[in-house]
Amino acid sequence: MAAFDEMLPESSGPRRPYTAYDRWLKEQDPARLTQKTQDAERVFRKTGITFAVYGEQEASERLIPFDIVPRIISGQEWRRLTQGIEQRVQALNAFLDDIYHRQEILRAGRVPKDLIAANEAFLPEMIGVRPPAGVYTHIIGVDIVRTGENDFFVLEDNARTPSGVSYMLENRETMMQLFPELFQKIKVRPVENYPALLRRSLAAVKPESAPGTPTIAVLTPGSYNSAYFEHAFLADQMGVQLVEGQDLRVVDGHIAMRTTEGYKQIDVLYRRVDDAFLDPLTFRPDSALGVPGIMDVYRAGNITIANAPGTGIADDKAIYSYMPEIVEFYTGRKAILGNIPTWRCSEPDSLKYVLEHIAELVVKEVHGSGGYGMLVGPAASKKECEAFAEKLKAKPSNYIAQPTLALSTCPILTEKGLAPRHVDLRPYVLVSDRIQIVPGGLTRVALKEGSLVVNSSQGGGTKDTWVLDD
Amino acid sequence: MLLGRTANGLYWMNRYIERAENMARLVDAGLRMALTSTQGAAEEWASVVISAGSDVAYGQKYQEHSAANVSDFLLRDTSNPSSVMASIETARFNARMVRTALTRETWESINEAWMSLKRMLAKPIDERELPAVLDAIKRETALIRGAFYGTMLRNEIFDFSNLGTYVERADNTARILDVKYYVLLPSISWVGSSLDNYQWESILRSVSAHRSYRWVYEAEYKPTNIADYLILNARMPRSLTFCYRFVLEHLEFLARDYGARHTCHATAESIHAMLKVGSIKDIFDAGLHEFLGNFIRENTRLGDEIALDYRFH
Repeated sequence: MAAFDEMLPESSGPRRPYTAYDRWLKEQDPARLTQKTQDAERVFRKTGITFAVYGEQEASERLIPFDIVPRIISGQEWRRLTQGIEQRVQALNAFLDDIYHRQEILRAGRVPKDLIAANEAFLPEMIGVRPPAGVYTHIIGVDIVRTGENDFFVLEDNARTPSGVSYMLENRETMMQLFPELFQKIKVRPVENYPALLRRSLAAVKPESAPGTPTIAVLTPGSYNSAYFEHAFLADQMGVQLVEGQDLRVVDGHIAMRTTEGYKQIDVLYRRVDDAFLDPLTFRPDSALGVPGIMDVYRAGNITIANAPGTGIADDKAIYSYMPEIVEFYTGRKAILGNIPTWRCSEPDSLKYVLEHIAELVVKEVHGSGGYGMLVGPAASKKECEAFAEKLKAKPSNYIAQPTLALSTCPILTEKGLAPRHVDLRPYVLVSDRIQIVPGGLTRVALKEGSLVVNSSQGGGTKDTWVLDD
Repeated sequence: MLLGRTANGLYWMNRYIERAENMARLVDAGLRMALTSTQGAAEEWASVVISAGSDVAYGQKYQEHSAANVSDFLLRDTSNPSSVMASIETARFNARMVRTALTRETWESINEAWMSLKRMLAKPIDERELPAVLDAIKRETALIRGAFYGTMLRNEIFDFSNLGTYVERADNTARILDVKYYVLLPSISWVGSSLDNYQWESILRSVSAHRSYRWVYEAEYKPTNIADYLILNARMPRSLTFCYRFVLEHLEFLARDYGARHTCHATAESIHAMLKVGSIKDIFDAGLHEFLGNFIRENTRLGDEIALDYRFH
């Protein structure tokens, strides 16, 4: 299975978006590039850009490896992508509003009822609740893969609390420090206004009753969380408070934070805490990460929670397979960005097919994330496939399966020079009274030769993503 | 506007940075005494452990006071919450928690101190390396302070940070004096030089004041002068009076910024008044040990009140 290389397709020179970069690269001393890679690592370690790996007690803080070869997207490619993403994000919000209100799409029979009712990500507490400004999912990370010159597919919609945007920003910052001359030669669209856009976007969806300049805060589970660096980074860049559940309580029907001068009202909460932990009075009673009573404040319209509780129903992997129908249902047009063909194992015919072809497929848990609980058939041993098949048979509805795609590759710098590695792309989308997409995103790269798993928790790295101003 | 939890984190971050530095200085003084002492070094090391306020925990782990045991316990041992390594870990943990309140330079200096000391203190310290290790600890904490003073805005964040520094430092100086007060007591027992100069010098050395003492007083070490220097001298950066000048100043800034005074303001003023006695002679007359014991208690009380008044928890 030959993969499409975005920089150097076989038999010809570099693809157009890469021509200027390729020319520059050829002039570089390889030793200098190796040195720059080490410089980058030192920068990351010094600034404390680390992530925690679950299940590893000791090395609790690790760096995500960074590769210095940028992933480059032309302006034209980007325009097409953003059209597709905008359409999809509109549909996601419309779907959420519908699902928690009239459920037209279920009545129309386009999405099966029991897929919603029996879904853990569906929150009955949200039925009939309309969030401030009518926005459910404010910050979305759409995972996109490419298989050819014009073939882009959505792999996953992250509509809950997508992470990684700090890497997009720090990767660019690092690249500009390492190679200032490159950015003079090549016009790359900037991404550094993301925090400002995020802040404006959050302010625009404040509760109606909130003051003109609302008080915004980022809610983190705390410094032990794997994405804590990002939470602190975003709060810092936006110039808002970084709060934990222990700082918050309900005061006079509003959410308030404990400051050195007493409790101060918060109007918009960008929460990086999962639904289940948000309110011990409504969801998990053992949660110490949330705020007791916040759901009552929310239902009364006195706080904006971004993203809204219950948005998980839109990015659930079982729902994912219905996205083409969902997009068409709400936007009246065919989806610009396609889905990857998906077998729903809950359907007997599909299950049968998946079991027969398990060695060729990627099988995922419906609720899993981070590359955990999945099987990459072609990379797995016979024994692993058999063991997974047993799990699949025990609870088919818990799984979906997709063909193993020939993900595009982009070169990374190895000890032996450039070598192609599979990549994906996560652009970040902000929804308020408008939809904004920062030109760029997080490119994740599988560092192991031939590997298709790009997750940082499973040995993936990142690259700076350039959208050309052409 | 500052979160109570952030104020708490800043306060303790700075207390632990200060503690790490003081610990290194104490071990440094111990090392010097052990090298110059004509009698057994064990007593000197025992007194270092007591000065560090760690004698109970130490006793549970070791019987003998050797250079290797004491320096390991005070520098490396993370089961000792006041060891240099544990202090730097705690300081960094707090810095990480209050990351958004710190300048990039300040955060990086703490993060780098943590990385370099973690590496340096990973293995038991070879006695020959001890001076170099102590120097490195002092250098790292000095770098943190440099970054902090050079880049931080002088606002409430700065105030809570410095309150931590000065409350910790005052506690430290008072404890060292209290442990050594018998050396300073002008009584029959010391007349006749049963106590050598190096005992006095060690007190000054443990607060890095053995050289500056000579700039201020005559070359001879005199117990009353040493006590005067560490308690009443307003220019000596580790004296109780100096610490309280800044405790008061920062509390005053907070009162002005927030437009509110609290219990802690009254307590800080009463402690400051305690230090405004006529001369060191009055303190000796009333009893140095009683004075210091009272000071340590009041200083601790102030810390608790600051936490309460500014909603640390």
